[in-house]
Amino acid sequence: MQQLIAYTIIGLTTGAIYAVAASGLVVTYTTSGIFNFAHGATGMLAAFTYWQFRYAWGWPAPLALLLVLGVIAPLFGALVERVVLRNLRDTAEVVKVTVTVGLTVAMIGLATWLWPPANRERFKGFFDGNSVEIFGVNVSWHKLIAFGCAIAVAVGLRLVLYKTRLGIAMRAAVDDRNLAELNGARPGFASMVAWAGSASLAGLAGILLAAEVGLNIVPLTLLVVSAYSAAIVGRLRSLPWTFVGALILGLLEAYTLWANGSSWFPREIGGFSTSGLRGALPTIFLFVVLIALPQARLRAGAVRIRERAVVPSWSMSLLGTGLLIAFVASLVGLLTRANTLQLSNGLVLAIAALSLVPLTGYAGQLSLAPLTFAGLGAVIMAKLPWNGSVLALLVTVAIVAAIGALVALPALRLQGIYLALATGAFAIMVTVLIFNQSNVFTNGAVDVPPLQIPGLDLADPAQKAIFLSVAFSALALVVVTVRRSRLGRRMVAMKDSPLAGATVGMNLTGTKLAAFALSAGIAAFAGALNTGKVTADLYSFDQSLPLVLLVVVGGVSAISGALFGGVLLGANALLATIVPTLSNVTKVLPGLAGISLGRNPDGAVPQIEENFAPVGRHLPSIVIAIAGAVVLRLLTGLGVIGNWSFAVGLAVWVLAVVPNLPALLAGSAELGRRFAVGMGLLGVMGVAAGLDWATLLNASGWRLLMIVVIVAVAGPAARSALDTTVRTPAVSPDLIGIDRPFTPAEILEAERAVGAVR
Amino acid sequence: MSATLEVTGVSVHFGGVTAVDDAHISADAGSVTGLIGPNGAGKTTLFNVITGVQPATTGTVTLEGTDISRLPTFRRARLGMARTFQRLELFWTLSVLDNVLVAAEQAGDPTPAETAQRLLERVGVGQLAGEQAGSLPTGSARLVEVARALACEPKVLLLDEPASGLDETETRQLGVLLRSLAGEGLAVLLVEHDMSLVMEICDTVSVLDLGRVIASGTPAEVRAHPMVIEAYLGAA
Repeated sequence: MQQLIAYTIIGLTTGAIYAVAASGLVVTYTTSGIFNFAHGATGMLAAFTYWQFRYAWGWPAPLALLLVLGVIAPLFGALVERVVLRNLRDTAEVVKVTVTVGLTVAMIGLATWLWPPANRERFKGFFDGNSVEIFGVNVSWHKLIAFGCAIAVAVGLRLVLYKTRLGIAMRAAVDDRNLAELNGARPGFASMVAWAGSASLAGLAGILLAAEVGLNIVPLTLLVVSAYSAAIVGRLRSLPWTFVGALILGLLEAYTLWANGSSWFPREIGGFSTSGLRGALPTIFLFVVLIALPQARLRAGAVRIRERAVVPSWSMSLLGTGLLIAFVASLVGLLTRANTLQLSNGLVLAIAALSLVPLTGYAGQLSLAPLTFAGLGAVIMAKLPWNGSVLALLVTVAIVAAIGALVALPALRLQGIYLALATGAFAIMVTVLIFNQSNVFTNGAVDVPPLQIPGLDLADPAQKAIFLSVAFSALALVVVTVRRSRLGRRMVAMKDSPLAGATVGMNLTGTKLAAFALSAGIAAFAGALNTGKVTADLYSFDQSLPLVLLVVVGGVSAISGALFGGVLLGANALLATIVPTLSNVTKVLPGLAGISLGRNPDGAVPQIEENFAPVGRHLPSIVIAIAGAVVLRLLTGLGVIGNWSFAVGLAVWVLAVVPNLPALLAGSAELGRRFAVGMGLLGVMGVAAGLDWATLLNASGWRLLMIVVIVAVAGPAARSALDTTVRTPAVSPDLIGIDRPFTPAEILEAERAVGAVR
Repeated sequence: MSATLEVTGVSVHFGGVTAVDDAHISADAGSVTGLIGPNGAGKTTLFNVITGVQPATTGTVTLEGTDISRLPTFRRARLGMARTFQRLELFWTLSVLDNVLVAAEQAGDPTPAETAQRLLERVGVGQLAGEQAGSLPTGSARLVEVARALACEPKVLLLDEPASGLDETETRQLGVLLRSLAGEGLAVLLVEHDMSLVMEICDTVSVLDLGRVIASGTPAEVRAHPMVIEAYLGAA
């Protein structure tokens, strides 16, 4: 009995903290329609900031609390709303979620940067050491305070939302934003206040929780998962149900903890340790609640997205994959062993990124678990009896594809944000319950054997890198085939308008299932081909997030976008070599890239590709482009220029010179100007390929940075010099009659439109 | 012999609001049935019930004598029900041709690409096949929706304000097209605000007001019906 009460109190405390966090989530979702993935990370940062004030600098607790919860957190929330999220109205759900995922990744990066694990003292609860006895159980004041906070939040929110003018404006903004605006409410302001308040609630929850679970980045960030589960019980709208959900989850966790410590509870089930059960409980709960949600109704009003969608052509796909293989093959001979391994790593990530193209890019289903499926591929490939054989590879892929379909099955009824969360819950569940098992990843690592192909030695880093580029190319062509097939058209149709899809007879469930199985299968290749000793943390949930981010930034509906995302994540690690202290910047970079997405929802790569389009239509340019690359390679092979000069020269040639070749050779600019620009580019090439970068700059990261700088300056400069089109500002039809008088024809047209004349 | 499409006693309640109230509608093969009424009369809701997008609170929908009230949207489509949308629902990032192609493939057409091109030409937008749907003006987009619906090889064609956004010539051509489709044995159910079009091409017209069918008959009968005049012009 004593124990029951004790664990009930623990459960209620945890539940109260979850309730505080979850209510913040509900408030932002209902006022802005954006699901704030970064809610937990906000709480985590607030807890660290509080620790800094309270313990590192020794300020009194009330002052620290007031500063964190009353000033810093609300300012942060309001800033995020104003700067990042306000641009996101009328963008696709995938972009909205990705941007808040970007925030999360950036905040995790910031915290690891500012507070390295070494110098964190113990985080104490409020009035540490004080307790009262309730039913013979000692309850710390901290727990009572947590519970009191939850009640205060519940009462306070109720009052604010229903009794104040601002609260009514907030609720009106949910129902019909435009109508609320017409009636004089300021939904923008209401939404900003909601985000500010929500950040404070996240901070409060983070500080309360930090005293219970310790000041650690990942557990505090994952507070958001528990908050999601609770909020989803309330379907992201109802605060009372959210509180019920939070308390149930808290109690479940406490009782699991109790059971785990009891003698009757099995230590192992089927060789799997049950110790991770409690950690996985919030995600299991989330998964169950999501599945219990009613079927999503088909909705009218598909967003008419400006996104450009080009069906990949065979000629371009073959050319692109051929170039990739040629590039990797010519590069590996010049790279050091360590850099070759980095390259392979980037290619593995690119294959995992490719798995998102059919699922997210074509079918519009956001998955937060690409690396989880890759991890499953690695584990199965390593554990199969004939591991390393081609047969084992195929079996692995088939099993993981089946798992993908199986996971998708219950989640199929969900749409948008709910589905993304379900995949996230799955990722965490697999990480905690499977990858963290010592008999799965022995001592945290699993040995994936190299694939045995006659005539190849894939244990050799160079051969492995080339093989991975071939594998990526082959899988990319599979994806192209799918996109050009019936299934591909169905996937895109489903993304564009599920409603119209159903009314032309599409079984959306079947299409989603196919997309999930295909995606999981491709990801399995990434895991199974990433041979050698691989650690479990490579495939954990927090690794999937930056990958998803960078792929969406690159452009998730294009294969080149996936390559961009994967390679960039790999290069990001290389960038960390610039200056060790600057390596922290690279922790924040992927997140910042994700946040910037709000301004360019199409992704970066489609825009880059647009620059190359004229080259494909101009044969002399193609010939010169290839000849230039061959000359560079020959010069390197003969020892005239160094390896790094080759890398810099090739990058500048391909990215800055080649796109300008058609305009240079056959453009409309006058001959003298074309000649001058050509000479200028030649000079830049001379610098890029002529200087000995290996001795000039001592870190690979700096050299990469130099490439980026030269390309970013020389390419656009040449383009604008060659551009002869005269720009006239586009006249908005709305301005006719305001900035200039109507013409007689326009008057007639207007009169016809309103029915004044026929 | 029952009509191709029979809607019997359908009501839809949204909380306390009654959007459709005991509606009876039928559409016969070979004829164009008009469904008119003021804004908010429940026309689109009724279309949603018929296609299975919106569950009815009570009532049944039958297609060629089979009760389809409980079937999901895609099954109804496969049985021969096709529709267009008042607020356009094209596959915006697909090409115009692919929009129609998807539907033709679903219908099991042996030569879907040819069929799709032929249908686009039939509705008068054949030259737009290669464009991306998202770049179309509203009028052309409506016609593409009609072509897509036809690619489903429907028995019943439900059109939700297909003429809005079309100019006079295009509207006249649409009227001719709908008549010829009916002539091929299709049951066409038309929601439209363009009264001259409705009166010209419909065989029968039902009038919906506040969720109820207040009048049914030939265009001439409906035009003269006192309740229709009241619903449109207000009480005298």
